[in-house]
Formats: sequence, structure tokens, C-alpha cells
Amino acid sequence: MHATFDVEDHGLQYVGASRIDGPLVVVERIRDVGYDEIVEILDYAGRPRLGRVLDISVTQAVVQVLEGTTGLSNQSLHARFLGESFRLPVSRQMLGRVFDGLGRPADGGPSALSAERRDVNGMPINPYARRYPREFIQTGVSAIDGMNALVRGQKLPVFSGNGLPHDRVSAQIVRQARLLEEEVEFSIVFAAMGVKHDVAEFFIRNFRDSGALARAVMFFSLADAPSVERLLTPRVALTLAEHLAFDCGQHVLVLLTDMTNYCESLREVGTARGEIPGRKGYPGYLYSDLASIYERAGRIEGSPGSITQIPILTMPSDDISHPVPDLTGYITEGQIVLDRDLFQRGVYPPIAGLPSLSRLMKDGVGKGYTREDHPILASQLFACYAYVKRVRGLADVIGEEELSTLDKQYLKFGEAFEMRFLNQGEYENRSIETTLELGWDVLSTLPKDELHRVSDALLKKYYHEKEEAPICATPLQGA
Amino acid sequence: MTIVTKTAEPVVTRISGPIVTAVGMYAAQMYEVVQVGSLGLVGEVVRLVGDYATIQVYEDTTMLKPGAPVRCTGAPLSVWLGPGLVGSIYDGIQRPLPGIEARSGAWIRRGEKVDPLDTEKRWTFEPLISSGEMVTAGQAIGLVVETPLVNHRIMTPPDISGTVRSIVDKGDYGLLDPLAVIETATGPREVTMLQRWPVRVPRPISERLRITEPLITGQRIIDTFFPIGKGGAAAIPGGFGTGKTITQHQLAKWSDAEIIVFIGCGERGNEMTDVLREFPELKDPRSGRPLMERTILIANTSNMPVAAREVSIYTGITLAEYYRDMGFSVAVFADSTSRWAEALRELAARLEEMPAEEGFPASLPTRLAQFYERGGAVTTLAGEQASVSIVGAVSPPGGDFSEPVTQHTRRFIRCFWALDTELANARHYPSIHWLHSYSEYVEDVASWWKKEAPDWIDLRTEALTLLQREDRLQQIVKLVGPDVLPDGQRLILFIAEIIKDGFLAQSAFDENDMYCTPERQVMLLRIILTLYRRGRDLIQGGVPLARIRSLGCVPHLLRAKTAFGNRELEKLTELEGRIMEETETLAKEYAKEATPICTPLLT
Ligand SMILES: Nc1ncnc2c1ncn2[C@@H]1O[C@H](COP(=O)(O)OP(=O)(O)OP(=O)(O)O)[C@@H](O)[C@H]1O
Ligand SMILES: [Mg+2]
Repeated sequence: MHATFDVEDHGLQYVGASRIDGPLVVVERIRDVGYDEIVEILDYAGRPRLGRVLDISVTQAVVQVLEGTTGLSNQSLHARFLGESFRLPVSRQMLGRVFDGLGRPADGGPSALSAERRDVNGMPINPYARRYPREFIQTGVSAIDGMNALVRGQKLPVFSGNGLPHDRVSAQIVRQARLLEEEVEFSIVFAAMGVKHDVAEFFIRNFRDSGALARAVMFFSLADAPSVERLLTPRVALTLAEHLAFDCGQHVLVLLTDMTNYCESLREVGTARGEIPGRKGYPGYLYSDLASIYERAGRIEGSPGSITQIPILTMPSDDISHPVPDLTGYITEGQIVLDRDLFQRGVYPPIAGLPSLSRLMKDGVGKGYTREDHPILASQLFACYAYVKRVRGLADVIGEEELSTLDKQYLKFGEAFEMRFLNQGEYENRSIETTLELGWDVLSTLPKDELHRVSDALLKKYYHEKEEAPICATPLQGA
Repeated sequence: MTIVTKTAEPVVTRISGPIVTAVGMYAAQMYEVVQVGSLGLVGEVVRLVGDYATIQVYEDTTMLKPGAPVRCTGAPLSVWLGPGLVGSIYDGIQRPLPGIEARSGAWIRRGEKVDPLDTEKRWTFEPLISSGEMVTAGQAIGLVVETPLVNHRIMTPPDISGTVRSIVDKGDYGLLDPLAVIETATGPREVTMLQRWPVRVPRPISERLRITEPLITGQRIIDTFFPIGKGGAAAIPGGFGTGKTITQHQLAKWSDAEIIVFIGCGERGNEMTDVLREFPELKDPRSGRPLMERTILIANTSNMPVAAREVSIYTGITLAEYYRDMGFSVAVFADSTSRWAEALRELAARLEEMPAEEGFPASLPTRLAQFYERGGAVTTLAGEQASVSIVGAVSPPGGDFSEPVTQHTRRFIRCFWALDTELANARHYPSIHWLHSYSEYVEDVASWWKKEAPDWIDLRTEALTLLQREDRLQQIVKLVGPDVLPDGQRLILFIAEIIKDGFLAQSAFDENDMYCTPERQVMLLRIILTLYRRGRDLIQGGVPLARIRSLGCVPHLLRAKTAFGNRELEKLTELEGRIMEETETLAKEYAKEATPICTPLLT
């Protein structure tokens, strides 16, 4: 119960704790310890685990142990305060390597040799220093490029559900992402939080097959790692991403999976601290906490690099109003929503037509970026597809036969849109022109007068008069 | 009772995130600004217990230690008021972001201190009074052209009145140069261009006025259906991605207020960058000057410290009040008040206050009321009419309006623009739902509109009634399909579609559509309703709806909002003529022939 301390060459070491509760350890009679300082907790056998200070007063420090408290005892634990907040050595040599959730080598290789050690919490980017993201990234996926375009520096999450192919979709995005003009390759920073080994395996295999492994860095805090460790994993990954982007001038794609697991760890710690829980038991500061991760994306004036974030999360029971997708949607610049219904009907990628949105699309597409008709085409497709949903609802009630001719045409359009526009191969890489042509192709199944959003000039240029042979020829990229 | 012994130097005793406790604070005042630690992190005293003070710190407290020094400043958190505010971008505690960037680069380092206004800069001051005159509190003693759009009045502070003992001649002066000396009841006082004002205290006014004039926003669904008055308060609630920010940006761009204060409170960094990039390039439709010349931005983005988010709202509204006192009509946009309420909740939790609904402090409704009550149409101390209008975005969890922030906000606003996720998903923007929204200002502004367009109120009522009837008819359609309805009712469905697509939906990105003058709004709606009335007559005359639907004018009517600009009203008149003509022809056809001709089957 009573802490004593002895002075070692590392500084003060405290013996014993007054309380161990979940991931928290309370150390008494400390001296000269800072808020958020990193602590090394040694168990009876002297094995170290990392922790951080959550609350500090003159007499005691509440320490959150990142690597679990199993086997710690009030009597025997030692605490060593390391005199700084959590830092990660960063260097571009880390590309091609695998690290654990706290940034320590997990591939048997050496630790990063670097004089640069960065606080993993980062600092807020001054909004005045940001550069507004607007370069269109072609992902080769029509549902994204055509309707929910991604731009460099955007944060665009994938909202998925258990059993849906979010991993395949995000791997495809990473594999195919490129810019229209520049020939630059994205560096990839991949952080896995609480996912299974198979998932990690899947991504490693994918990166290797596409030759991206050498420009990818992976941070794994897998399902069997202590859950509290996950709280640092995305921050560790983003700290490296910031270095690569804004010090080394690289274009970085950051993949964070699965943010739902991250939030659950946060809830666990909050509960252990006896905090007042908010919705579904998640802490009230979940929004601010998530923002401190997601806002670490973007571009900075005067710096050539960029961070594009693709967080992946699973919506518990496919519920988009669950706090995790809900608060994420309030912070990110849109969302790609995967739809179980489309998936069950065999559509790949099953990207939901209506709830998906890219907010930065408006500034990255159109004349001078992709093609003049792009924004209007997307808007018209959305409007028509929304009507399809209404017609389908009606058809369920009165039967398809009873629908008017026009409504039947809409049903046909809906089919074409889903089966030809949305649906594509996992290794099919469509150019933006192909996507747009396909868009006009399916739109042209509707009468011209139905396309209110399109101006006469654009209709004249792009609308396919009469039923011509549909364009199906799409360039396939090798598997 | 603990016996208080005064320690010599105030020091930190506990740190828990942004909440810090210090001892030796017996003499500290509530809401006094303090500087914490060797970096001098800015904080505010929020609770005093004996010798202990609880401090809310506006910057990150990482590696702050117990025992660190605390320095009291003796003053409450205040803003600087004077020329140079317009066109600026500040963080939540009025630190200029460009100044911070100049010192610490792209990332905001802790402990940076930059003056809100440039004290070196010289402004041309033109006196309006001469010595020997009497001046009252809040009276203008001179003018400074702050931007081509803003004639900044240098006023006596609200606590100074008396005889002018001296006043400088016209010339260039800095913010701190004494401009006048006023002989007050308590002795002579100097007046400079710079005033300071504590953010949590409303600036005084002479009296509140009734709202009579609409704030014209150029957004059809707002101006025509759910108008906000100058001095009014509106809430715009909606789930994520429904269009709160875009709508507020639209209002900040196009509304006819003279000063705009935009508070980005706990939202995205890129959105503020977007404003910074766009506003200097966009032209005010009335003056033709860049919009930035009337705009002040407060940016406390979601990743900036949460305590500063709490105060950013007050900083913004205080700047607004200052310009109101000069006689301007000011509009304040807060995006989003929910993030502000969450900051309150987070701080209250750290202070271990008893939570009320959903963890929010019991004081939430009071705090909301205090904020919205700082808006209003007023007579200023100087006797002029001026206003502060407030539009607050609300981000309800899960898009569910029954949560505390939306519910309490509703009590203190009179205009509710309810955003609808389904409309947003169908890309019907602005996704303000016509049946769930309301405005209590309609009657207040009706007489203004009467001068502009005598039939405004009738058109509005007729269109809203049509939409309500359509909603009821849709219930039937959902069950049995539209075919069982008689043509007269299907005409309502048809016209309602035109109102929604051709009038209510308004793109923020289309050159012709983003801003619609009141005149054009009324004309557009009038034409649509003309088609309705003519259609009703035709159907009574036995014309099938399908013929009306396929009239050549219909696609043109749907595209009219984007096809023509604000200055092409004659095109709308033409279109109206065409509708009259085509319907006339149809009527004649059916009057002559008893046997209807075969028509394509369309719904
Ligand atoms: N009037 C409009 N015209 C065209 N597009 C619009 C309009 N309003 C909204 N949008 C579209 O909707 C998207 C989301 O809008 P916005 O960012 O304003 O949502 P929000 O309600 O502020 O969401 P959040 O709560 O997450 O901040 C925009 O990126 C834009 O694509
Ligand atoms: Mg917003």
C-alpha cells in the first residue's frame, strides 16, 4: 500500500500501487510527474509494460496501463515515469516494415534509428495553414469515382457491417488509387485495431501481390493484443503519416481498421474511470476524441505532401445511427456505406447509392478536373436512383404489373444502374471516362425529359439517343 | 469549513485534461483569466473553493505538473474591439490564426500569444464631434474606414459619457493613441480606438424592438416559406451530411446583413479553409465588393482544445454586438451549437457536476437561452436601430430531434429549419423539410413583403397547402398506387413535384441558382402556381392530366431556376406567356372536339 521509491539511473522508480482497477493503476506519493506522461510499469518478474498518466495530483497519479493489468499486484509493481509524453521515432526507413500497436518492431527488424521523436498526440493543424483538397483520385471504382469521388487530402470512411466485403473494397481502392495527371505512388500507412489475424494477413498478401509492400508501413494491434493499446495505435500511425507527408513530401493513404474496436477500447477505459457514460455507454468526449484522429488528414499550404484517410468501421447491427458511425459521419468528409441488400444480391462493390456521400467531390470534379458533365451526371443519377427506391416501394404494394410505363422504365434504370454501373470486378480498374460513359449509358434508359437536372447543351452532347448497343467494353486490369 | 491559510504563490495541484486545480488562489475572481505553467497556458477560473481554484485551460495540458506556477491577470476573459476585426480569422479566444501561423508554423503550438489586433497599424480617423460637446455612452466620436464596406464608428465605451475636453484632428492614428478626453462624472477619461469587453457579459443597449424586416438570404425555401427576421434567431438541426454547413455558408454569403460573424465551433478545419478561400473571391450581390470585407471568422475546429470551443461562441457574439452598437445589422452563424453543448458537458463532467439529461449539465437550457438572447433587433445606446440575427446549427445524435440540445434550442428560437436525411440522401438540397419546419416571423415580415410583392403571403400559403395535400395523397399512393386517384388529385401530386424540384431545391454550386433575389423567387412561384390554376381549369374541362404533363413548357419550368439569372426576369415573363398560350390551345382543343384524342399513357 505504501509506495517507497529508490533512485535508479533511469530516474525515480516507485514501488507498489494503492489501487488496480481494470486498465488503471493508482500510484501514490509521486513527485515531478506530468499529465499524460509515459510510465513503465514492471510486474513482479520485472517485465515492462507501458502506461500513461490520465490524472495527476500532488499525491497520486492515475495511470492507464496500455498492455493490460493481468498479473500486476499492488505490492510488487514498480512504476517508472519516463519524463515525457508518448513519442514515436519517425523516419522514412519505416516504409516496408511491420510494427506493433505502439510502434515497436514486430517483424524482427531493428527499431527505427531516428533522432526525430514525435509526440503521438500531434498538434492541431492551423485552419489558416490548410490547403483545400481538390485533386481527384481515380480509384477505378465507378460507385466512388462517379458518384462519391475521393480527393487527395480527404478523410472518407467506409461504413460497413459484419460479413460485408469492406476489406476487399478498401484493398481495391488502395491498389488502384492514382491521380489523373501526376505519376506519383501513394505511400500506405496501415493501422489495424482489434481485427483478426486473417484480416492482417489479407492486407499483407494484397500489398505484396500489388507490389505495394515496399511503400507500406503496418501497425498491428490485433484482436488478441490488450485492448487499451489500441487507443494509441491510430495516433502512432498518423504520427508517422504526418512525417512522411509533411516532412518527406509524400502522398500518404492511411487505412484505419476497425474504428469500432477503437471506440470500444475508449469505452472500456471510460467505464473503468467511473466516467458518466453517454449514448450506448460511450464517453461524452467520443466526438472530440475521434476528431483528434480524423482531423489529422489534409494538405498544408506550402507542403507538397498529403494525408488521405480511409477509416473503416463496422456498424453494429448495420445501424448507421449507432454512436460510432454517427459521430464519424459528423467529422469526416462524407462516407462510403456498404449495403447488405446489394451484397446479398451479388453486387460488388455493394456501395449503397443514396447514403454514400463525398463532400469534397464538388471541388475536385467537373471542368478542369475530370469532365464538365461529371457533377451534373452524378446529381442526376442520385435523383433518378432515389426515385427508383420509391417506385420499388410502390411495386411491392401494388405489384410491378400495375406500374405506369414510366415507372417501369425507372425500374429498368435501377437494374441497369446496380448491375452495370455499381457492379464491377474486384480487379476491374475503370478509367473515369469509362465510368462517366457508363453513367450516361444507364441514364439513357430513361426518357430525356425526365433528366431535369441536365441542361439542354449537356443532354445534346452526352445523352444516348435511341437504344444503341450499350457500352460494356471496360478495360480489365490483370488479376 | 476548512480554515483558509493563504499560501504565497499560486501553484497547480491537480491536472485532469483541460481542468486544472490550483492552490493559493484566495484572491482570484470568478472567470478571471490566469496563465498556467511555464508556457503560460491560458485558462479561466470557473470555481473557487477556499484557497483552491478550478481552472478551465484553453490549451493542451500535456506534461503540465503539480507544483507548476499559476499567474493571475486580474481581468475576466475579454476581447479586443476596434478597427481591423473585419476580414480576420481568430481562434476561440481571439488569437489571430495568421499571427499564430507566422510564429509556430502550420501546427498550433501551445502558449503562443499574439495580439488580436495590430497595434502598429495606423487608421485614418475622422472626428465627428468637437470639444465642448456633450457625448453620451456609445456615441460615435469619429469614423474609420475599416473596409470599403464597413465604416467603423469609434464609440465612447458604454460606461463613458460627459463633456468632450479634447479631440484630435483628422489624421492617422494607432489603436492605442488617445483620440479624445471626456470629462465624466468620475473624472477625465481617455478614448482610444481600442475597447475591451468581457465576453460573457452582453453589451448594453437602449431597448429591444419588434422585428419587422426579413433577413433576405436569397434561399427560396427560407425567404419564401420560413423567413427569419433581422434580429431573429433560427436553428438548423440535421443529421450528418444533411447540409447544415452549406446552408449556413450560403446565408453567410448572400444574406443582406451588413456584418457576418461565422463561428466554426468544433467542426472541420477544411470548412474554414473553404470559407477563407472562397469569400475573398465572391462578390456581395448588392455592393459588388468581396464578401470577406464584411466577414469575421472564428475557427475553433474539432481538434482544437475543447475549453476554447466553449468560449468561442461568446467571443463571436461579443464581436457581433460591438458592430451592432455601431448601427449595423449583423448576422451570427454558429456551426455547430451541439459541439459547444458537448464542450459544456465534457467540462461539467471533469468538474464532477451532477449531470441532468444525457450527461449535459442542468444549466444547459440557461446557457442556450443566454446565447440566443444576445441576438435581437434593438435601439442602440446611440439611439439607432440595429440588429443581431443568430442562426445556430444543431447536430443531434443519430439525427433524432428529441435529444436535449435540439429540444432546448427550440424554446429560444422562433424559426426552425428541420433538415431531413431522406431528402439529403435523394440529393434534394437544401434538405429543409417543408412540413417539419416553421417560422414565427412570417407575420412580422409580411408587411415588408407586401411592398415587395403584394401576393407573397397568398402564394406562400397556396404552395404550402398544396404540399400538405400532396403529403396526405402520398399516403394513399403508397398503399394503392397513383392510378386510382382522380386527375384533379394527381394534378396536385404533379404540381407538388414541380414546387419541390423547380422551386424548393436550390443548388449552392450553380451560378444562377445559388442566390435568388426576392423578386425572382416570387415570380418563379407565381408561374408554377399559374400552371396549377390553369391545369385545374383544364381538368374540369375534361382535359386528361397526361396532356398537361406533356406540355412543352413543363421541362422549361423545371429548369428555369438554373437556366436564367437574377437579371433575366423577362425570360420568366416569357415562360409565363408560354404557359398561358399552351394551356389556352389545349383548352380550345377540348372545347371543340368532344372525342378526346389518343394520348400516350403517362403518369
Ligand atoms: N444547397 C446545396 N446545394 C448542393 N449541395 C448541397 C447543398 N447543401 C448540401 N449539399 C451537399 O451536402 C453535403 C453535406 O452538406 P454539409 O457539409 O453542409 O452537411 P452538414 O449538415 O454540415 O454535416 P455535418 O453535420 O457532418 O457537418 C455537401 O458536401 C454538399 O455536397
Ligand atoms: Mg457541417
